[in-house]
Amino acid sequence: MPVRLDYRLIEQDVASGARVLDLGCGDGQLLRELIDRKGVDGFGIDVDLAEVQKCIARGVPVYHGDMLEGMAMFEDGRFDCVILSQTLQQTVRPDRVVREMLRVGRRAIISFPNFGHWRVRLQLLLKGSMPVTRVLPYRWCETPNIHLLTIKDFFALCQELHLKVIDRMYLTPGYCRLPGLLANLLASMAIFVMEAR
Amino acid sequence: MAQGGSVGIVETRNWRFAEPPDELVLRSGVKLGPIDVAYETYGELTPERDNAIYICHALSGDAHVAGLHSPDDARPGWWDVMIGPGKGIDTDRYFVVCANCIGGCKGSTGPSSINPRTGEPYGLDFPMVTVSDMVKVHHALLTEHLGLEKLLCVTGGSMGGMQVLQWAIDYPEMVESAIPIATTSRLDAQGIAFDEVGRQAVYSDPNWRGGSYYGATPPNRGLAVARMVGHITYLSEHSMRDKFGRSLQDRDEVGYDFGPPDFQVESYLRHKGDSFVERFDANSYLYITKAMDYFDPAADHGTLIDAFKGVRSRVFVISYSGDWLFPTHHSKEIVRALQANGVQTTFCEFQSEYGHDAFLLEDEELAEAMAGFLRNTYAAVTRGKPPRPEPQGAPAASP
Repeated sequence: MPVRLDYRLIEQDVASGARVLDLGCGDGQLLRELIDRKGVDGFGIDVDLAEVQKCIARGVPVYHGDMLEGMAMFEDGRFDCVILSQTLQQTVRPDRVVREMLRVGRRAIISFPNFGHWRVRLQLLLKGSMPVTRVLPYRWCETPNIHLLTIKDFFALCQELHLKVIDRMYLTPGYCRLPGLLANLLASMAIFVMEAR
Repeated sequence: MAQGGSVGIVETRNWRFAEPPDELVLRSGVKLGPIDVAYETYGELTPERDNAIYICHALSGDAHVAGLHSPDDARPGWWDVMIGPGKGIDTDRYFVVCANCIGGCKGSTGPSSINPRTGEPYGLDFPMVTVSDMVKVHHALLTEHLGLEKLLCVTGGSMGGMQVLQWAIDYPEMVESAIPIATTSRLDAQGIAFDEVGRQAVYSDPNWRGGSYYGATPPNRGLAVARMVGHITYLSEHSMRDKFGRSLQDRDEVGYDFGPPDFQVESYLRHKGDSFVERFDANSYLYITKAMDYFDPAADHGTLIDAFKGVRSRVFVISYSGDWLFPTHHSKEIVRALQANGVQTTFCEFQSEYGHDAFLLEDEELAEAMAGFLRNTYAAVTRGKPPRPEPQGAPAASP
């Protein structure tokens, strides 16, 4: 299986030996790599049993269940870093998830597809139907993405929750880094690194 | 995963220890000895002695967890679906041990054993035993008799899961990993209530005679009713509907009488009760259900978090969504308390409509999870040591 490039970028932001929580960890690939390459103390949470089975087969410690419920069992500041990769838009209350991430973790890394990308805007404008793109491949009625957001929306949320943005990366569909200028129009994906103020 | 094979023909062995005057001091302070322990082993221990897995049995289980006792044995061991070559607990890779609990009636010392002071069966003179006493006895078997210093894993479901937790608490330096399944750190009122109904059924059988029925007719009616109640709690509304619905037993319409069973479910429960009394001692049922009711490491240590303070094992907690006797939230409480101590914990809730007994059924998902967890634990435990060649060829029964 090819390595997802956003994983590589996330990896840059995780310190060696850190205590890392991966929310919606899927098959555990990212955590496995972080454990092997950086010696992190890793833990995953995922709601999908088939994915949890893959984590177990990989030797990644994992909690099978809802991420808010899972995070509730941890004391404040238990982790150095909490990762939410491409899943924020699938949560019922993204604001609560972000706040909880920065309760149990000192630092949060969140990546999400940007609904402000020009292709998305154009599809909606010209076709008048819900956009389907490489990064957002689902039809409206089948999509797990119930809370789509733009980079601008995310900045607003960070401000509302008084979060400090430490680092940010904007990416094309081919995972090339873009400059910050016009990112909300040009980037199909964003990665934010944040801390609580 | 392949279906896997059988460990073949096995036999139950016996080990006797705690001979007077060196009796074992039980949790209650009472001394017990000599103590017989019935056990079985499968697979082969590595020269490094690093591949031993201990299986803890539930209320009505015994040491015979896998394989057959004779070629024409109709009933394999109670967890044969999980243990054997190529199965979830692969006997080509691991050395597996299971032993009967004290207080039981399947070869280990219990109320039906002879009291050396009187030369008669103990009956209710048998001291009250707890889950930690059971574990203490099995620890003695494994260390003193089988020469094991480490267990790669301790696992078991229901009361077996209680023992797994106790192992991790009492012998942290010995237990590399623990897999408690469909269990709880303490029964709540509902669980105790069902146990008490079972005990009352036994007490109320006139043949019980305060537990002194050995040599006479045992309290079979009482024990059968206890088992019927218990069996309902191991199933679920869904599984009973699935299996029986309102189907009638050997008749086309209800009988409007109190004779033979009208419904299949009645007939099934009567059969379960009647076959249970042939293999189980009523007093053992009383003692073991009491041990389950008393199990409460949180009360022993202040809180459950305190109870798990010394745990050094990696733990894999498993529950079943359809289990209403030991529901998932009990398992999650265990996970939370382990996490609070920084214990490396994995948790998985399997979807099943089959109630508490789901873990005993053939279950590919459970087998896959167990196999994966054990493989990774073994790799972590042996990391840095020279690699061991992959097992090959047919399994050999251990001597």
